[in-house]
Amino acid sequence: MLEYLYFPHDISTFGPQVDWLFELIFWIVIVVWAVVMIAMLVLMIRYRARPGRKAQYIEGNSRLEIIWTMATAAILLAVAFMSRSTWADIKEHGPPGQVFYLVNGKQFNWEFTYPGPDGKFGTKHDLTIENELHVPVNKVVRIDLTSKDVIHSFFVPNLRLKQDVVPGHVIQVWFEATETGQYEIACAELCGFGHSGMKADLIVQSQEDFDKWLKDTYAHPPAPPAPAAPATPPQGASPK
Amino acid sequence: MSSTAAVAAHGAHAEHHALGFWRTYIFSQDHKMIGKQFLFMALFMMAIGGLMAMLMRWELAFPETQVPGFQWVPEPFMYEGAIPPNTYNAMFTMHATIMIFFVVIPILVGCFGNFLIPLMIGAREMAFPKLNMLSFWVGAVAGVIMLSSFFVPGGSAASGWTSYAPLSALAIYTGVDWGQNLWCISIIVLGASSLMGSINYITTIVNMRTQGLYFFRLPLVIWSLFITAILMLLALPMLTTALALLLFDRIGGTHFFLPSGGGEPLLWQHLFWFFGQPEIYVMILPAMGIVSDIIATFSRKPIFGYRTMAYAMVAIAVLAWTEWGQHMLQSGMDPALGAGFMFATMIVAVPAALVTFNWLGTLYKGNIRYTAAMMNALAFVAMFVIGGMSGIWMASAPVNMYLHSTYFVVAHIHYVLFGGSLFGIFAGITYWYPKMFGRMMNETLGKIHFWITFVTFNCTFFPMYILGMAGHMRRIYNPQQYDFLKPIIPINEFISISSFVLGAAQFLFLANIVWSCFKGAKAAENPWRANTLEWTTPSPPPHGNWPGTAPIVYRGPYEFSSPEVAEDYLPQSLLLKRSKAAAD
Repeated sequence: MLEYLYFPHDISTFGPQVDWLFELIFWIVIVVWAVVMIAMLVLMIRYRARPGRKAQYIEGNSRLEIIWTMATAAILLAVAFMSRSTWADIKEHGPPGQVFYLVNGKQFNWEFTYPGPDGKFGTKHDLTIENELHVPVNKVVRIDLTSKDVIHSFFVPNLRLKQDVVPGHVIQVWFEATETGQYEIACAELCGFGHSGMKADLIVQSQEDFDKWLKDTYAHPPAPPAPAAPATPPQGASPK
Repeated sequence: MSSTAAVAAHGAHAEHHALGFWRTYIFSQDHKMIGKQFLFMALFMMAIGGLMAMLMRWELAFPETQVPGFQWVPEPFMYEGAIPPNTYNAMFTMHATIMIFFVVIPILVGCFGNFLIPLMIGAREMAFPKLNMLSFWVGAVAGVIMLSSFFVPGGSAASGWTSYAPLSALAIYTGVDWGQNLWCISIIVLGASSLMGSINYITTIVNMRTQGLYFFRLPLVIWSLFITAILMLLALPMLTTALALLLFDRIGGTHFFLPSGGGEPLLWQHLFWFFGQPEIYVMILPAMGIVSDIIATFSRKPIFGYRTMAYAMVAIAVLAWTEWGQHMLQSGMDPALGAGFMFATMIVAVPAALVTFNWLGTLYKGNIRYTAAMMNALAFVAMFVIGGMSGIWMASAPVNMYLHSTYFVVAHIHYVLFGGSLFGIFAGITYWYPKMFGRMMNETLGKIHFWITFVTFNCTFFPMYILGMAGHMRRIYNPQQYDFLKPIIPINEFISISSFVLGAAQFLFLANIVWSCFKGAKAAENPWRANTLEWTTPSPPPHGNWPGTAPIVYRGPYEFSSPEVAEDYLPQSLLLKRSKAAAD
């Protein structure tokens, strides 16, 4: 159903849980909304003013109010409890990682650092690439997110994954992509004048392609990114 | 009531009539004039905020093209009419800031609070008239400071109305220097203005209710303003603190929010939203009160469940303090804490649903008169239902992970703030206009404005839910840069065209206000045949509000179609033979 609502195609293992919750709330809301709107329209038409008639003096009905309150509370608490377990699965725990990355947000690029065969960041095996995140399919990828300047937000619509990237914090997220292909990574937290263009590509590859890519890239490493300099606004828009 | 007392009371206030132009219209201490001053200031600011929304909509539908008719704007604000990213960021920042701080709150709290509280509680003035005058003029200074920030080098603030640090904390991150400083200063000053207003409202409502007007005989609009004033009094110091710290970071070299010096960026969000969540209820509760009064009046029925309405509003105000983390679920805050906030947020929907249920209950077996005010009030209910229920998706933390910071949020806030608060404001202005200006607003024009606004509002903001579902991030300058957003380009164009009609239609409302002020039909004392005390004095009320003695209250505010009388209304201050016996 969600593709009719323009949802991007889901490629993560926890995506179906998120989408299921969305759909559950969707149907609750649609049904309640329809009932309320039909009731409202019927009341509005049925009790429109007519000459010579007087409204009936009704001050309220405690029993109805209690029923209505309890019903609302029950539905909402049920939704909250169901959301609670999914939330814990995604953000509080999750499967152990198989591939690790360090991601640095900076105005207005994403830096993806692969630790190399030693699995440790901060060694000479580190491989840092801008705006391209290569991961193998069907592997749990764990990413340490941090920022060099302001708050960004790591948003991959197809993974249903979003996490703010906060300077001074290292926040770990995980995902497992289920389909190969190229997908977009966006920044979802205003980070300055270049916010809109702060995008990167997520490239999900088969294990063989990923290994081949690693081998080729280590053989011909890209030029290291320029040291983080404070971004300056484009010409003409800068303060005097 | 003795006639000598009436004469004496009249005489005591006669001296005020001699006040000159300045004391009457500019530095007025009359709560009614101050209410109108807030109204006109807010309408002026609304035109500016609305214009910025139009420019943003142009940019989103037709990115990086020239806006027709804007070639005259100098660089660096625009380049031959094309909007650069910095200007775009400044526009959505200032659009939200102006609409929230200088339009919705000044009208709901400043205008209606000032105008209605003394009139509806039977008081001749606010408790502190001078403080009231000061409150308006301090607010006006804040407005001037905010508008002046457009003209400083670097332009106005461009880090969103939420001004998340560190983006807002250092000039190098946005290229905005004094614009952001002035933004902070303006809102600190405005906070002082609001504090003065809050203290005044609380004091007035607690101490100056007329004889017989117990709390549970207050109209719901007064209940809502009372609760709102308490919320503002408690929430604003938090914002002022945060803004002061931000200002220190910007110009004093401190590091409260900057991790490079050991500061904590999330501290800003906690402080801001601890203020911001009660603030959201400040923007909706008075509209709920206004709509309750109007729906009861035009249904010719008591409001359904008067006491539960009051209790529900109190419950919303209490829960407001437990929810600030709903805005920070993806911020890096401990996810377990986020789960707690999810429950608190879900629970606030319960009193909100109760209030909605009571509005529908009020219609039941009523005798509904469809005036322009009533139509706007009913639109409030319908739009509030949509806006409120869309909040359930975002309250659910895992779904929030996908929808956070997308147009889904933009749609939600506009359904609550435009569909809710602003329709409530249209309803309230139309309803109380005769009391404010002594003339009726034009009904036909009011209904034309209502229908165009209602249709184009939905055409503008409902599709934004779909944009959000497609993953369209908010605050981006050019959505066409993203492949996954390509399918929704036509929706963005449709939204923009609707929004231009919506924006243009608001001039009908302004025209109606101005035209009716001079040419509207003369208003009678009680044109809507309502019960509350403001309708027992001439329109517009004289200085001191009642020519004779202040009214005495014998019953609640919603005794419509009471079996005790033949008419379908029973004013609060009307002494019936039987009630007199009961009162004695």
